[in-house]
Amino acid sequence: MRTMVVWCPDWSVTAGLLELADGRDEDDPPHDVAAPAVVLANNRVVVCNATARAEGVRRGQRRRDAQARCPDVVLLPASPDRDARWFEPVLAAVEEVRPGVAPLRPGLMALPAPGRFFARGGVGGEEAAAAVLAEHLVDAGVWDCRFGAADDLYAAERAARRADPQGCLVVPAGGSAEFLRGLPVTVLADDGPEGAELADLLRRLGLVLLGDFAALSPASVSNRFGAYGVEVWRRVQGEEVTRLASRTPPPELACEISFEPPLDSAEAVTFSVRTTAERFVAGLSERQLVATGVRIEAEFEDGVSARTWLHPRCFTSRDLVDRVHWQLQAGMASSGLRSRKSTGETITSPVTLVRFLPDTVEPAGAHVDGLWGGGADDQVVRGVARVQAMVGYDAVRVPVRQGGRGPADRQALVPWGERPVGLRPVDRPWPGRLPGPAPSRVFAEAPEAEVVDEAGVVVAVTDRGRVTGEPWRFRVGVHWHPVAAWAGPWPVDESWWLGPGSGGRAARFQVVGVDGRAWLLRWRSAGGWEVEGAYD
Amino acid sequence: MFEHGPVSVHPLESLDAAELVDHLRGRIQALQGGPTRLAVPTHPVLEGLVQLRTGGVYAVDSASLGMALAAGASRAGEWVGFAGWDDFGVEAAHQWGIDLSRTVLVPAPGEHWLEVTAALVDVLKVVVLRPPGQVDAKSASILDARLRARAGVLVVQGDWPRCELRLSAERSTWLGIGAGRGRLRERHVELVARGGGRVPARAEVVLGDGEVA
Repeated sequence: MRTMVVWCPDWSVTAGLLELADGRDEDDPPHDVAAPAVVLANNRVVVCNATARAEGVRRGQRRRDAQARCPDVVLLPASPDRDARWFEPVLAAVEEVRPGVAPLRPGLMALPAPGRFFARGGVGGEEAAAAVLAEHLVDAGVWDCRFGAADDLYAAERAARRADPQGCLVVPAGGSAEFLRGLPVTVLADDGPEGAELADLLRRLGLVLLGDFAALSPASVSNRFGAYGVEVWRRVQGEEVTRLASRTPPPELACEISFEPPLDSAEAVTFSVRTTAERFVAGLSERQLVATGVRIEAEFEDGVSARTWLHPRCFTSRDLVDRVHWQLQAGMASSGLRSRKSTGETITSPVTLVRFLPDTVEPAGAHVDGLWGGGADDQVVRGVARVQAMVGYDAVRVPVRQGGRGPADRQALVPWGERPVGLRPVDRPWPGRLPGPAPSRVFAEAPEAEVVDEAGVVVAVTDRGRVTGEPWRFRVGVHWHPVAAWAGPWPVDESWWLGPGSGGRAARFQVVGVDGRAWLLRWRSAGGWEVEGAYD
Repeated sequence: MFEHGPVSVHPLESLDAAELVDHLRGRIQALQGGPTRLAVPTHPVLEGLVQLRTGGVYAVDSASLGMALAAGASRAGEWVGFAGWDDFGVEAAHQWGIDLSRTVLVPAPGEHWLEVTAALVDVLKVVVLRPPGQVDAKSASILDARLRARAGVLVVQGDWPRCELRLSAERSTWLGIGAGRGRLRERHVELVARGGGRVPARAEVVLGDGEVA
């Protein structure tokens, strides 16, 4: 089987720029996706894009060297999560055209080469297929994608890395070995530090091309270059058999039933698909699988209705029958058809076929209820992923504690699935923080408040940390409350080093109203009173 | 076959043989899809006042009580979730004994709050919801049905058309604070539990002095 590899060069940079462009407001100037940009880890350039490379920025450079060569370079932090997240729509775009895509790593995917499909206008074969895929990817916003096709995965990847933007380099059948032997050994550097070391060693030994390396005997390669050397040697022979781990299930799990003569009522259809649904679930369970997403296709005499249904846990045959019923009812309402039961009419376009296709399958073991509990964590992960699909990736958070003085500083909400980074340690003393019970409500954007003394003059705090008057009444929102008890001030002066507008001199007060509700108020020398939290 | 009486859940080791058998019967029933009302662990402060049972909806009137109801299950190792809490006090939750690593927070589900809550109830033991505005009976019944099918508890901060129990804090007094002296230390609250066709239960409780209970 021929393999095609799709490579998006400098994917970390592309993903970072896409995220920047995504987070921007509409009235900001549009972001330039071709701007020079680098991804930094430990203050060194890990990946840079072509524009930056043209200015002399190189991998491994220090940040200030990169900025010296190209002052307007966009600096992006390294984030494997972000790269994977932004690669997902690219995978989906390719899957639309060619199912069975195997993601290798962010920026790189493999698929069974589509061969003679997509032939049009004299151009056939893999080049035409690559052109169709390139068109799709450019529509999805990825303009730099390169394609390579070969007999085995390694040769295809190497071909993709030598292709032009949006171009395809096809290694003819049986030509993998010849193609690989013509490559310089420096291409091994793409494998990581191990590869770079081997490439350097081979170069110093006078082996310039991979072909020179492939000509060595396997025994001496194993002796001199170890396991990694043997792996490279086997790859450059070009005879490796590729098995792609596709993320879509094989099609033989699909089940269908056709109706002859066509059925004209939703009830009759749902009754008849029952055995097919049972066969579908049984077929999956024979392989120890369950479906959590199923695509149901119904063919009418004059059209098709297809929909993907997701299940919070996994589909049983009864669930599937329900989904068919819902889909037919919905589909029929839009196409002028009615369920016989609800209206007494016969539906006008009879159903000829119903097909179940597994969309997402998961091991059955992960979905059983344990008698002693357990297995819950996996279920939670799946459930939360469903919520993320509904409301967006960063709408689901995990609360984390961190060090700080104010209650808002002492907490962080990390997007679900990301590792918290850059948190302040909790176990330091943090002098100036408030002891005792913490406020149960902490406002992200502190609403403004007002505190006055008996004479109605706004209370303030002097440079020496003294209160100018005794708090008598306070206002939170629109309502004024008399003060029953108060404590404070706890003065702090922090974050002034971050520049104007952030931090500065402030003092915290705990104020209890006569209704028994307690508030945490903050006075700022720059901005007056505000509500930080409530002991609700 | 099985009696439908209350089944108590405590750490299994602390049960004697008869209770253990009862508990396991309840679980088997739950696996078979039968109607069960398993007890969910409750924070010691609320013991005797309220007992959460799976499939139930409980209303509270303040953020602390919402955290308190979730804390019992979280301390027993269950997952809990908070939906619609855009002002979640992380440190307060920690002081209640909620295990933050097993907590899911959806600060602003927006218009999808019903779907989000339904999805959370599917996988979490206790979900504390702060619904945006008025909730109609239809949305409530959707969640009720979902709760009965899955072994979850819904705690609502605010109004809810039908709920098992309504827990509210009346007459709260703060100790340790004076006129410009001291700090908030302890809160004495009279809690009232209404609902279930019983006489309202009242209890005077002391809520946290900032130590991790």
